[in-house]
Amino acid sequence: MRWLIARRGRTGDGRGWHWTDIATWIWLIGGTIIMFGPAIWLVMSSFKTPAALAEFPPTMLPYAQQTVEIEGAEKPLYTVTLEDGTVKTMAELRRVGIVAQMVDPEAPDAEPARVNIADRTAVRDVDFATENYSEPFMRFDFFLFLRNSVFVTVMATIITLLTNSMAAFALSKYEFRGRNAVMLLIIATLMVPLSVILVPLYSVVSATGLLNSLWGVILPTVATPTGVFLLRQYMLTIPDELLDAARMDHASEWQIYWRIVLPLAAPALAVLAIFSVVWRWNDFLWPLVVLSRMELYTLQIGLNTFAGELNVQWHYILAMTVVAMIPVVVVFVFLQRFITAGIAGTGLK
Amino acid sequence: MGHYLTAPLRWLAQVIGIPLRGWQRMTGQGGMIALFLLPNMAIFTVFVLIPLGMNALYSTTGGVEFFLADRPYVGSEHYQRLLDCENYLQPRSCRDDMFWVAVWNTARFVIFQVGIMTLVAMITAIILNRAIPAKAFWRAVFFFPVLLSPVVVGLIWRWILQRQGLANLGMVELGLEPVNWLTDRFWAFAAAVGVSVWAHMGFYTLILLAGLQAIPRDLYEAAEMDGTPPFRTFYRITLPLLMPNLLVVLVLALIRAVQIFDEAYVLTGGGPGTSTMFMTQYIYESGFANLLRNPGLAAAASILMALVLVVLTLIQLWLSRRAGGNR
Repeated sequence: MRWLIARRGRTGDGRGWHWTDIATWIWLIGGTIIMFGPAIWLVMSSFKTPAALAEFPPTMLPYAQQTVEIEGAEKPLYTVTLEDGTVKTMAELRRVGIVAQMVDPEAPDAEPARVNIADRTAVRDVDFATENYSEPFMRFDFFLFLRNSVFVTVMATIITLLTNSMAAFALSKYEFRGRNAVMLLIIATLMVPLSVILVPLYSVVSATGLLNSLWGVILPTVATPTGVFLLRQYMLTIPDELLDAARMDHASEWQIYWRIVLPLAAPALAVLAIFSVVWRWNDFLWPLVVLSRMELYTLQIGLNTFAGELNVQWHYILAMTVVAMIPVVVVFVFLQRFITAGIAGTGLK
Repeated sequence: MGHYLTAPLRWLAQVIGIPLRGWQRMTGQGGMIALFLLPNMAIFTVFVLIPLGMNALYSTTGGVEFFLADRPYVGSEHYQRLLDCENYLQPRSCRDDMFWVAVWNTARFVIFQVGIMTLVAMITAIILNRAIPAKAFWRAVFFFPVLLSPVVVGLIWRWILQRQGLANLGMVELGLEPVNWLTDRFWAFAAAVGVSVWAHMGFYTLILLAGLQAIPRDLYEAAEMDGTPPFRTFYRITLPLLMPNLLVVLVLALIRAVQIFDEAYVLTGGGPGTSTMFMTQYIYESGFANLLRNPGLAAAASILMALVLVVLTLIQLWLSRRAGGNR
């Protein structure tokens, strides 16, 4: 504990624990539980069988009742207290009302014992129901949804990086008439949310024939003012002398952009790429409006549709929610440092 | 590894570069500038600027058609319908009661969500700014939900708050009655606020933390030399110096909260009844739901919402310029 005290609180003068230190640790540990807990609960739940999901009180680990094969069929196992007080593990053959016919799995051909269902408890074991994951991919369209989401995310990110960096290059490295007007226009629309232009954007996309096409999801999102703004601010820090030197060596303007400015702007491009991936992967409202054919649904829309049906199949939905979460968690684990630095530095998003 | 990934891109760039050299010879630098701006500006114009302009046209035309030429001009009818109220505080007295339900739900949501979130983010930022071990880890902990999609956020919490969910297990463990979190009007609204705070607070914590770290340490040392009590130090040093960041956070959070849709929609679907029906959902449903489709009405409502957002954005730009000038 010495290291905790040595680096403690406001002053670090070793006077022992101040109440603010205790409050700090309560906040941090409580915060960790509240922030991570729900996601962990989701992941644990996603491995439960439908029967285990319906249980109350719920358990942390996924338990499943053990079964044994009798005469070619899987029968559930119970621990039974018999009338003479002995405790045995038996399999249930069938159940009538409150009486179950049970048989010793060691001697399946013996006469079944009749047991009151109150005198037995299920034999349960930790068991991960991985079929929650495999079945949606085989039986439903989740593989399609996943493919659509990947396509949208990858394409939108590539186009975003390319077009935004070209525009940012023009706006940061050239003096021309109307430059300020263009910048003003971009800053002014920085905050125009999609919900404000939902109806006319729909009709524009419809008029360009992109309705019910993944390109209709991709194109309206790629000319993001945030990206142009972020890249331009970064490119302004690249010295113009480098560009002039390249022009002396007869480099074309395209080569200057591609060979000099883009590699130097890599850190800003990386931040924008991370954000673009997260944004596009998570998009909900716009795909919901543009896509009405099931086979074009992205993962987020597909998930919401399945979760909205009357008979909610939670075991599939939870598993697919975890799948939808995976790319973001991967980004988070590996690139958390860049993201937090990007936000703190630019106030992005 | 990186080399192999970029090799095809480099080759492509070289191929594109050949005709572009010719173009540069013909048009000079001006032509190249136009070329660099063209892709982004073209997409921007088609998918942002034109819709922005069309919104006004839509809001003055009627019918259920989306093609503008098929829509008859109705003037300010939609605005009149939306703004026709005997008492603006009582949605039932309005001609379009749903709109005003959505307006007041959104207003209540904004007040609670922004208030609670700013407070929580502030406390978290102050705690993360203390001398604690493994700072980067704790920062990441509170940031994690920001990256999750609204659908994932909504489904996680729907799972936890459902009748037989984890939240009610907690209630039972504490000896309390289980609560119908998502089917009770009050609790559903509270859940929408709470879930939204959970999902977004990490982002604002980071902005506030950056502001706290920019406050010079020697100010605190001087305060301590003078024996200033901690709370006065907070009011006299931390709060005034953090004020620019705090205001930016407030306005950014306001802008976001006004547009609340996705998480709440997945969590409650706007219900029970209309208790979590917000502005964006009103726009979405009046624009695209088959039963009550009225794109003109949706456009008019979104213009009214845009007016609120424009004011907030102007405040935000003004504030961040001032905040920038102070550094």
